Amino acid sequence: MEALGLLLHGFAVLITWKTLSLMMVGLLLGVFVGVLPGLGGPNGVAILLPLTFTMDPTAAIVMLSCIYWGALFGGAITSILFNIPGEAWSVATTFDGYPMAQQGKAAEALTAAFTSSFIGSLVAVLLITFLAPGIASFALRFGPPEFFAVYFLTFCSFVGLGREAKHKTIISMTLGLLLAAVGMDTISGQLRMTFGFSDLFRGVNFLVAVIGLFGISEILLTMEERLALRGHAAAIKLRVVLKVWKEMPRYWVTLLRSSAIGCWLGITPGGAIAASFMGYNLAKRFDKNPATFGKGRIEGVFAPETAAHASGTSALLPMLALGIPGSGTAAILLGGLMVWGLNPGPLLFVEHKDFVWAVIASMYLGNIVGLVIVLTTVPLFASILRVPFAAVAPMIIVSCAIGAYAIQNAMFDVWLMLLFGVVGYVFKKIGVPLAPFTLALVLGNRSEDAFRLSMIGAGGDLRVFWSNSLVGSISTLAVILLLWPLASKIFEHAGRLLRPAKT
Amino acid sequence: MPAPEPEIVVEDPREAEDRSPAVATTAKVEAVVYVLLIALALGLGYDNYKSGMGWAKDGPQSGYMPFYLCVILAGASLFGLGHVLLKRWQASDSFVTRDQFRRVLQVFVPTFLFCLATQWLGIYVASLLLIAGFMRFVGRIAWWKSLLTAVLFALAMFFTFDVAFDVLMPKGPLEALFGY
Repeated sequence: MEALGLLLHGFAVLITWKTLSLMMVGLLLGVFVGVLPGLGGPNGVAILLPLTFTMDPTAAIVMLSCIYWGALFGGAITSILFNIPGEAWSVATTFDGYPMAQQGKAAEALTAAFTSSFIGSLVAVLLITFLAPGIASFALRFGPPEFFAVYFLTFCSFVGLGREAKHKTIISMTLGLLLAAVGMDTISGQLRMTFGFSDLFRGVNFLVAVIGLFGISEILLTMEERLALRGHAAAIKLRVVLKVWKEMPRYWVTLLRSSAIGCWLGITPGGAIAASFMGYNLAKRFDKNPATFGKGRIEGVFAPETAAHASGTSALLPMLALGIPGSGTAAILLGGLMVWGLNPGPLLFVEHKDFVWAVIASMYLGNIVGLVIVLTTVPLFASILRVPFAAVAPMIIVSCAIGAYAIQNAMFDVWLMLLFGVVGYVFKKIGVPLAPFTLALVLGNRSEDAFRLSMIGAGGDLRVFWSNSLVGSISTLAVILLLWPLASKIFEHAGRLLRPAKT
Repeated sequence: MPAPEPEIVVEDPREAEDRSPAVATTAKVEAVVYVLLIALALGLGYDNYKSGMGWAKDGPQSGYMPFYLCVILAGASLFGLGHVLLKRWQASDSFVTRDQFRRVLQVFVPTFLFCLATQWLGIYVASLLLIAGFMRFVGRIAWWKSLLTAVLFALAMFFTFDVAFDVLMPKGPLEALFGY
């Protein structure tokens, strides 16, 4: 197996004191970010990105992805102990996790959550290890038309499969694409949509937008609510951990099903949030007595956590292999890769072999170390919530401002961040989804370049997107996904019209 | 039977009325957002029209993609505007209540002032003022605790970014005094 040899080499790159300690720091920061209300995985990574600018790319990405794993772990802590989901993907964990804590089984619930998270991401990492090189070498055959077709497919699947109102998804996506186009046009060198402002020549930085949209707006939203909270403090004893682990094999069906759902939804842009709910609902539907769910069933913790973590991890597969992020946080990691001059996509597996395999190896190591860390430090993190929000909020604001400034050393970006904060707040409240915006902003330039390069190559003939079976089938699939909601509505109507005729 | 676990309870110090009148309905805010988006689409669309939205011999000109994106954006916003005006204008829930709005401003206004202060005083002094002020006036936390937290946090940030990681931040007169 070539993959195994490369993976072992990846481990060898990682095992230095410096990298390992960065990993620990990343994980702790990640759990911290996951526990705090008003900070989440995406903006945690975005804010801390400037810290890594002076590191070498491998150390930097290892630390950033560890923040991401940490945030995935951390979301479960507040869900179970306080009934407050630290992250949207841990909402489903509260359904059974909090009742368990109320019954005095907080330690069991936490162990179950962490262990199943670990299993979910392990499955996803195995998938990445064996699938990513294959996909990447297949994608090496892609030219600009194929790449544009894949980008187009990503955008269309967001519109077609997203649960929000279609026009809101489209607004969010076109807005992202437009902002990505601000500044210098990479092909002709012409300036676009700058209206003479020299600060806009560089374009709108994607990370600045993310920090504003997720960080500042989240603070505004959190302030709106009243901030009283009540919950349980818990320490996890080794005895409890072993007990839960002994019982675990009994639930292998749930674990396997949730892992599969998570991997699938992570690779397609469905995301960890959808995966956790789907994992929970399916576990409930297939159970012999579904009525006991929501009252403290341990499967109710296993199912959503496994799915959320599997999906959060497998979202990195399309990012590494194709350069298309499967989630918001993956999009930010992608933005990070571009800062270091690495171009995510199939060529990464050829040109930067060491780097890719070190990242994959860090996924294994990060999850194992992460499991140990969260199991031992739960009481510490639970007590973070004792710190009043009035002290946490300004610190988050300062961190956001530092993050936004450091990306390009521009004060203009700090103001831009504030503007995006207000936009994000309003958009969240009126139901315009932010994920398509993020994705469009990070993919905008690449997809436009791919489009125009293929147009130049084909002499302006749109039929190039159906010129061979590969690009043709991707483009067709994209169009089908785009029109899917329309088609299903028509079928529904037709069905309703036909039914009375039969009787 | 496991021993009863210690509870963590955090009370919100800020008193708030439960029923407070709405400042605006969601439908109204949505309509305003759509109108703004249409205006934005028109403005950007005009700029792209000027830079060339046509199809040259070798493919699209530089304004081509953004121009049609503006068209799609305007179309989707127009649809949303119509939808909200015709179907959901009545029976819309509140966007923010007066009480919530006051709390949002409590954090937005200090953030705005902080950004302003950063330009003159540098980010570290500004953050010290923001944290201490916010903790004291919004969180009603004792002066000494607020100041101590703020000073420690600003120092920690300074040493992390400017000293340890070489990420340079905007600085003001105070840092200049110490030779940075």
